[in-house]
Amino acid sequence: MYNYNDFDEAFVRERVAQFRGQVERRIDGSLTEDEFKPLRLMNGLYLQLHAYMLRVAIPYGTLNSAQMDRLAHLAETYDKGYGHFTTRQNIQYNWPALKDVPDMLSDLADVGMHAIQTSGNTIRNVTADHFAGAAKDEVADPRPIAELLRQWSTDHPEFQFLPRKFKIAVTGADNDRAVIRAHDIGLQLLDQDGQPGVRVIVGGGLGRTPMIGKVLRDFLPLEDLLPYTEAVVSVWNRLGRRDNKYKARIKITVHEHGIDEISKRVEDRFAAIKPSFSGVDQDMLRDIEAQFAAPAFRNAETDLFDRAYAADPLFRSWADTNLTDHKADGYAIVSISLKKHGATPGDATADQMRVMADLARQFGHDELRISHEQNVILPHVHKSDLPAIYKILRANDLATANIGLASDIIACPGMDYCALATARSIPIAQQIAERVDALKIEHDVGEMKIKISGCINACGHHHVGHIGILGLDRAGVENYQITLGGDATQDAAIGERAGPGFAYDEIVPAIERLMLGYLDLRVDEGETFIQTYRRLGAAPFKAILYPQEAKSHAA
Amino acid sequence: MPRQFTPKVVTANRLLEGDAVWFTAQDTWSTDIADAELMTDEAHADLRLLQAQGQADVIAGAYLADAKEGDNGPEPTHFREAFRTRGPSNYAHGKQEQNHV
Repeated sequence: MYNYNDFDEAFVRERVAQFRGQVERRIDGSLTEDEFKPLRLMNGLYLQLHAYMLRVAIPYGTLNSAQMDRLAHLAETYDKGYGHFTTRQNIQYNWPALKDVPDMLSDLADVGMHAIQTSGNTIRNVTADHFAGAAKDEVADPRPIAELLRQWSTDHPEFQFLPRKFKIAVTGADNDRAVIRAHDIGLQLLDQDGQPGVRVIVGGGLGRTPMIGKVLRDFLPLEDLLPYTEAVVSVWNRLGRRDNKYKARIKITVHEHGIDEISKRVEDRFAAIKPSFSGVDQDMLRDIEAQFAAPAFRNAETDLFDRAYAADPLFRSWADTNLTDHKADGYAIVSISLKKHGATPGDATADQMRVMADLARQFGHDELRISHEQNVILPHVHKSDLPAIYKILRANDLATANIGLASDIIACPGMDYCALATARSIPIAQQIAERVDALKIEHDVGEMKIKISGCINACGHHHVGHIGILGLDRAGVENYQITLGGDATQDAAIGERAGPGFAYDEIVPAIERLMLGYLDLRVDEGETFIQTYRRLGAAPFKAILYPQEAKSHAA
Repeated sequence: MPRQFTPKVVTANRLLEGDAVWFTAQDTWSTDIADAELMTDEAHADLRLLQAQGQADVIAGAYLADAKEGDNGPEPTHFREAFRTRGPSNYAHGKQEQNHV
């Protein structure tokens, strides 16, 4: 893990001190709200429907046990005893008082954390594969690159007043778990005959105009990453539409100018600035890489795991669903579900955070990850420790065996919290999860990605859900549109709108019909929902969703 | 044709706590929409909004929201504004919590 050096430490402390002064001046009336708003947003502080909200960055989703403990401390001391993990590997506190926020930021600085650039028209928290450094299919650990980008983008003088926000995601594997094709820049680490490099994808994004990113460079030598990325952002900073915020993101710039024109401009800019990069960034990268060295894995028997797996059906079910192959023999990656049926997706109580921190300390080489799917990961666990871990997870309501299944739903905060939302998301997720649990169908239904957004901005990634749900305000009533066939992986696809929206009390039955209908349509148990959808197209699923219309067409 | 003016209240978030508040006829802020001044005249509503925004050391983000006259005072007409009078639906936090303590 990356440890702050003296520069990082001083920088973050200074920002806390600056913000403390700004909050004081806002409270004593020296600053108006118009003056204060951009300052608070630079430090991750929003004003939402019922309270302020502080968004804290968890860079590339990695944290250690002391940091997780500190997140628990914040939840307990300044909030209502819980925190909400988001789709961009941040944590949000929904109830802080304005006067407490500088103290929260100071407490975070104690453990090398901050809320800088978690809002505003800047380069946001750089996200990464949540299995980074552990996944068996990984070519290279994406986190050193993500950390280098974090340092480069933090307070970068050229990029503090961008046309709009800018999001970068990095993966080090062919299997894309970081949704890189739906980011402003998506980076995939490659190895070409021993030469490290990066595939650069640009212009992806969700929101009101969803687009899958386009390849800008199929193989960029790794050493050119920073000047090349700077060239991309620089070209967009010049061309980006500041006249219309709905057309300001780079996806529109790429769309309007074409990938060839953007590529030409980027290459020109890259050629111009490359000489100014003396190689110091590569020295820094070496230093960062050393800090992300793999832990000392142990060689041990896995009998304890094998025996528990054979004897305990509950443990077996959890192991089958929540474990992923690790690159080290005898090890596994543990996904801890924050999606207990009926609970709020992504929420963890302070007690649960401490339990997960303890597990990381005791069994997990002190490492934790937050996934964009709003779960927590123990990336390095020896299999012999899994029965003990499972027991502790069960005792703390953290052992739900549903990773990748229908109740493992992404949901944005929606109109329960968010000032931008047009409808609620959380209760829809809760009700779907409760329904699949009551029907006992989710292990039969198998892999299914349901993603819910409470407005068109798509924080809930609904466009790339196998089943996407978008909550809208239709004439003063909540209404939910369904999209089908989206995909967030290396086969990224934007879902297709199924038809007219459903009322609040109709949407859960509609999703139930889709699931049961899929069970009838699939060739066999091996064909997943998305495979069936790709084989048959939208028509049979639309007929399931709108039986009345299907009937009238037949008549 | 200009849209017909519908009755409004002035609402905002309190500066320190961030919770939803409504502007009363006495130029104070209440955490209960029923205490709000319900305005049926557009020019008067615009004036009251300006006066409310003048209290920048008390509130942030004042705006006019649709409301109607109820048995105990003004009530919200849109679900978003109704949520602001209660709190989120996933936990009994916010105003619904304070009202039951």
